[in-house]
Amino acid sequence: MTVETNNLKWVVACATGDIDEEDVIRFDHAGASYAVYRIDEGFFASDGWCTHERAHLADGFVVNREIECPLHQGRFDIPTGKPKSPPVCVHLKTYPVRVENGEVLLGVPAKDPS
Amino acid sequence: MTNQPAMVIVGAGQCGARAAHALRENGWKGGITLLGNEGVAPYDRPPLSKAVLLGQKTTGECTLYDEAFYREQRIDLRTDASVERIDRAARQVVLQSGYAIAYHRLLIATGAAPRKLTVPGATLAGVYYLRTVADAGYIAEELQPGRTIAVIGAGFIGLEIAATAIARGCNVVVIEAASRALIRAVPEIVAAHLVERHRQMGVDIRFAVQVDHIVGRDRVTGVKLSDGGSIPCDCVIAGIGVKPRTELAEAAGIDVADGIAVDDTLRTNDPHVFAAGDVCSFPHRLFRRRMRLECWKNAEDHARIVARNMLDRGETYSEVPWFWSDQYDMTIQIAGMPAFSVSTVVRETGTTSRVFFALDRDGVLVGASGVGNASEIARDVRVAQALIARRACVEPALLADRSAKLKPLLAAEVS
Repeated sequence: MTVETNNLKWVVACATGDIDEEDVIRFDHAGASYAVYRIDEGFFASDGWCTHERAHLADGFVVNREIECPLHQGRFDIPTGKPKSPPVCVHLKTYPVRVENGEVLLGVPAKDPS
Repeated sequence: MTNQPAMVIVGAGQCGARAAHALRENGWKGGITLLGNEGVAPYDRPPLSKAVLLGQKTTGECTLYDEAFYREQRIDLRTDASVERIDRAARQVVLQSGYAIAYHRLLIATGAAPRKLTVPGATLAGVYYLRTVADAGYIAEELQPGRTIAVIGAGFIGLEIAATAIARGCNVVVIEAASRALIRAVPEIVAAHLVERHRQMGVDIRFAVQVDHIVGRDRVTGVKLSDGGSIPCDCVIAGIGVKPRTELAEAAGIDVADGIAVDDTLRTNDPHVFAAGDVCSFPHRLFRRRMRLECWKNAEDHARIVARNMLDRGETYSEVPWFWSDQYDMTIQIAGMPAFSVSTVVRETGTTSRVFFALDRDGVLVGASGVGNASEIARDVRVAQALIARRACVEPALLADRSAKLKPLLAAEVS
């Protein structure tokens, strides 16, 4: 299911039950890769690849509200994408998330920004 | 405030620079002087043996902070300051230029220097050690396709250089005096798994053989071995360990035991002097012994804690050691101290990916080594790291079962 609003396209990433509590899964869509998180505060999403080196954050480790990269244990704040612990220092892009009817929807750009 | 002595940090490597930053983050408003002598601003060393030698990253790209950072944070960074001595009675460091800098607290973060070969021919041109950006620059020049590189030492630096040299199209011979690779770091089964991959990639690895001398007139042309064999080569790169740079501390009468001896707050026997990173040996609560670590994560963690303790927070250090290496398309991650174990449990997490759990004689998990694809090893090593921190005993059968999720063990341990 895909719905477009305000240049955002809402795509179903997974069912809420597909992600364990305090965990993360990978979601690929339209050539892009995302990480979708479930933490105490709810569901969140970010770019899938770490901003430091080539590692997918869905292979990482969720600690409270931070995602730790599997490669070098750098950390980002999940809701904001803010770097929290070296070696990561570049902000991680985050995406809006909605939960509807037991599904996790991700707001991705409707078209490539030109 | 201008009359108040500064926080002085000797050693402008990763640990020193991060500690300077952490002092500011923890509210220190006074002066911070960061003294280095490499002629360049502090940088990250891990890429040197990998991305830099592969030509994927320039040494400039390894810089930890830009110039504006030091200005904005009011950190007085001097990259050409050689420290002559520490005058503990006057609480000052004296530079070779004769200039003296008073300190409120002193941090010694001088790191470690490569052990040098002592065999005949060791000073010939074409013999290298890898520690600094300058070293990486020279070695990168040497790694031309078709050349033969003799790597002395099958530790992490030697193996990383071997993998990089193979990727650059060189022929590589690794010579190791011990009977196997990584003897100080991991159990034999882990080392064997890695060595197998190196051999598949074409590295000629020879164990239990020593270098008798290095052959060449003006420049290296080969290596003569203790078993009589000869290896013609274009250059020699030695990775035979490092020595903590304790000279300044020793001359100042500060206790040294392997590295500069600190307590679990990273303070030396002089309450105004601290040491952190590769240069210090510290008592580790979890492993109940004094240890010295030579890795990025330790330098990073020490920097954060020592800065707080220079501000009299009195925090103890008990992080689980964690280390990574990249060789070919494999990531190697080590948590804890696998070398302290008596038995190993293997978990096959992928076709060639393995996590090796290391247990001590009481069945306590003391280490975990993952070798393979990061996506197939990192989570298990990360969970192990948390279990090691709790001195957990884990059922070996569970560790060996790749279908059993390990993360729930953390919740179980808490309750």
